[in-house]
Amino acid sequence: MIQPVLQTHSLVKHFGRVVALDHCEFELRAGEILAIIGDNGAGKSTLIKIISGALKPDDGQIFLNGEQVHFASPLEARKAGIETVYQSLALSPALSIADNMFLGREQRKKGWLGSIFRLLDHAGMAQSARDKLSALGLMTIQNIGQAVETLSGGQRQGIAVARAVAFKSQVVIMDEPTAALGVKESRRVLELIREVKASGLPIVLISHNMPHVFEVADRIHIHRLGRRLCVIDPQEYSMSDAVAFMTGAKEPPLMPNDS
Amino acid sequence: MKKIIVAGIALGAIVAGSVAQAQVGACLITKTDTNPFFVKMKEGATAKARELGIDLKSYAGKVDGDNASQVAAIETCIADGAKGILLTPSDTKAIVSSVRQARDAGILVIALDTPLDPIDAADATFATDNFLAGELIGKWAAAKLGADAANAKIGMLDIAISQPTVGVLRDQGFLQGFGIALGDPNKWGDETDSRIVGNDVTAGNEEGGRRAMENLLAIDPGINLIYTINEPAAAGAYEALKAIGREDDVLIVSVDGGCPGVANVKSGVIGATSQQYPLLMASLGIEAIKNWADNNVKPRPTPGKDFFDTGVSLVTDQPVPGVPSIDTTEGTNLCWG
Amino acid sequence: MPPQSDPQNFAKTTGGADEAVVEFDDQKHGFVTGLQHRLHQTPAAVPLIVLILSIVIFGLFLGAKFFAPFALTLILQQVAIVGIVAAAQSLVILTAGIDLSVGAIMVFSSVIMGQFTFRYGMPAEFAIACGLAAGMLMGAVNGVLVAFMRLPPFIVTLGTWQIFLAANFLYSANETIRSQDIAEKAAALQFFGEKFEIGGAVFTYGVVAMLLIVAVLTYALKHTAWGRHVYAVGDDPEAAELAGVRTKRVLVSIYVLAGLICAFAGWVLIGRIGSVSPTSGQLANIESITAVVIGGISLFGGRGSILGSLFGALIVGVFSLGLRMVGTDPQWTFLLIGMLIIFAVTVDQWIRKVSA
Repeated sequence: MIQPVLQTHSLVKHFGRVVALDHCEFELRAGEILAIIGDNGAGKSTLIKIISGALKPDDGQIFLNGEQVHFASPLEARKAGIETVYQSLALSPALSIADNMFLGREQRKKGWLGSIFRLLDHAGMAQSARDKLSALGLMTIQNIGQAVETLSGGQRQGIAVARAVAFKSQVVIMDEPTAALGVKESRRVLELIREVKASGLPIVLISHNMPHVFEVADRIHIHRLGRRLCVIDPQEYSMSDAVAFMTGAKEPPLMPNDS
Repeated sequence: MKKIIVAGIALGAIVAGSVAQAQVGACLITKTDTNPFFVKMKEGATAKARELGIDLKSYAGKVDGDNASQVAAIETCIADGAKGILLTPSDTKAIVSSVRQARDAGILVIALDTPLDPIDAADATFATDNFLAGELIGKWAAAKLGADAANAKIGMLDIAISQPTVGVLRDQGFLQGFGIALGDPNKWGDETDSRIVGNDVTAGNEEGGRRAMENLLAIDPGINLIYTINEPAAAGAYEALKAIGREDDVLIVSVDGGCPGVANVKSGVIGATSQQYPLLMASLGIEAIKNWADNNVKPRPTPGKDFFDTGVSLVTDQPVPGVPSIDTTEGTNLCWG
Repeated sequence: MPPQSDPQNFAKTTGGADEAVVEFDDQKHGFVTGLQHRLHQTPAAVPLIVLILSIVIFGLFLGAKFFAPFALTLILQQVAIVGIVAAAQSLVILTAGIDLSVGAIMVFSSVIMGQFTFRYGMPAEFAIACGLAAGMLMGAVNGVLVAFMRLPPFIVTLGTWQIFLAANFLYSANETIRSQDIAEKAAALQFFGEKFEIGGAVFTYGVVAMLLIVAVLTYALKHTAWGRHVYAVGDDPEAAELAGVRTKRVLVSIYVLAGLICAFAGWVLIGRIGSVSPTSGQLANIESITAVVIGGISLFGGRGSILGSLFGALIVGVFSLGLRMVGTDPQWTFLLIGMLIIFAVTVDQWIRKVSA
């Protein structure tokens, strides 16, 4: 079997007496869109936070491309190649598109101007930002110096996604990407997600929106009571099945290797 | 029942006895506790209080103009059962109602240095005759300039746009001493004599002095005589003059008599200054409170004036005929701060 | 079978509709919106326009006396100290903070410079270095309380203002060190009062220092990563943190830098008034905030240029000197400054309303 890009084994996380993750398994294969669904309180946000480095697990291991990794902060996870597009987008409204793309990883001019005077390469970053946005099919950028707050929700989502895939990422996590968007804009974002997959990056998609999940996901990881309940193929099951598994109304199919 | 009455009488006697033996309480409330003038006042009051066996409590506002802190201090003193209050008012009008409250409670209230508005709102005022202080330096300046006094160009550096009494008195005293007709003697800035280039405010410190001097010089760079409300303002004005190289062409006069100021007279920065005596104001004030507490006698003003004059002397090393003065050596012996 | 029964595909029917959602089309709905957009890009434009207008108007009223190089450079000298403190205040306000202790840091540092020289007999240069270090330390106190203890900057600096000011009075024992003594024994303390002339224009080193500080900070904020992070932290600190900006470090660095700049202003202050006076700079916090606000820097953080605060300080200076020379009551200056502040905040709110 081909090695999964991202895998966890027996993750455990407690918050006081509450068990958020109870020996949770997780597996993301290369080039796929894996959706994670689960009811509120099932523990999926805890799982995501651990994978993205925002939380440390009490027990269990995380494997990236077969090697075990430990993340002390989201910054470390990012450096290892796990990028997250947060529900809040983490964009700075007053800063420009280019500024936001490179926030935290700014490029300096080469030579002594860059090293002694710490001069930023504005033109270089602007061009780079345009390229990355074009590569994702976000067309007709007339003003890359525009402040992000002048853009609509869908446009901002595009920038946030472009930022996540721009820097040698290995995994992209998207947290509720269409939750705040209208119908047309959600369409566009789903296309964007497909284009990201087409560029070779595996995506972890967290969403409550069943139609969207069933539209783009290759596999659906159903999370329940702090652990992975099952992983289903959206071609083989219906949305009502998925919801039933999620809420415990129906018995899930058994996973191979599951106890 | 009988036991309770006896116990009550005994308790009452003890309390009465301790009250009779309690020290006379007095309060000193100054504008701030950072201005060396008030520091000296506090020193004088404390020393005299210790000598006479008076329990002195000191209070101060946070900044010049902080009326609220002084109101709170007066209320505390009333509650404390003080017999007398010495007060340098930050707002000479606004504090009057609190002063009346204190006087109604039988407390002797003496204004120090700055008269209340109206002056009889306090039982007595112990202060420098600020008008005389201004007159002395005005007369000195006129005599010093001699014939040039007729074409002098005068810059007036005052304290604040709210025109407190101390500022008005010194300003108008100077002008009168110099020989310039006054407009309304209760405010400055309304004179019509063309020799006056202008007035500006300094907040009584070096920064304000420099800025005000620069502003007046921008109106007329030929100013050759400057009246300043106090010595820090004069020091700031001198820096402004030095910056355009005219420090030797311009005569500066001031009021205060603080030790750094007298040193400035000695070194030629200031031509002459009127020296006042804060220590005396405070110690005489404490004596008056003792007199009130023991003998129910209120202090009397200096004859011919509506306040008690604690004295002022002109300090200069360039005496002029007709204006009595002391030299800087004596000035240094008497200086404060 | 009815066509809409496939629930997984219903949304796909919109696929034929217009897909031009994610485009960056800068539509201009007319002059006013265009103006709004342009001001959004260059926030220092408004105070610059007001400054130029006010110089022109006073020049017309007063003639050659106001336009003379002497008067115009005098304004520079008069605002030099507020200008330097306003630069420090701008940095703090850009992070959506505020620093009420700037004046106290300035005066306490100047007192340390003076007292270390005269009370302990240290060489003036060393005393100056100690004063600058003290300013950084005071700034660090503010920074740590704001960044790590997460206390609101207004409250923190309200407290430290009182603490530093009281320490200033206690340490100095209210003693003023006379200008003549300093000139004799420690002229280095008065360095920034020295001046040079070009034509009729008089510049002090203090003015040069102010212009240099503003220039360096403008560069740093626009062209270094640290500068971008400062804006990000002021604009949306959570977003910045998630994007990988070390917000706590940035905040502490801002307050420490502000403290250093204020201590430097203390050195320049000695040059201007000649003496070391512990009662100076009482209004520096209000005056610096005024300059910053009139200069178009938003109190809500993340927007504005330090050049704006320089223009703001100059505007106040022009009004003060101009009105003095016209002969108006000093009270009018305060009135007009108040109106300018309201105007500046209104314009800032209007500019912020720009959105798609």
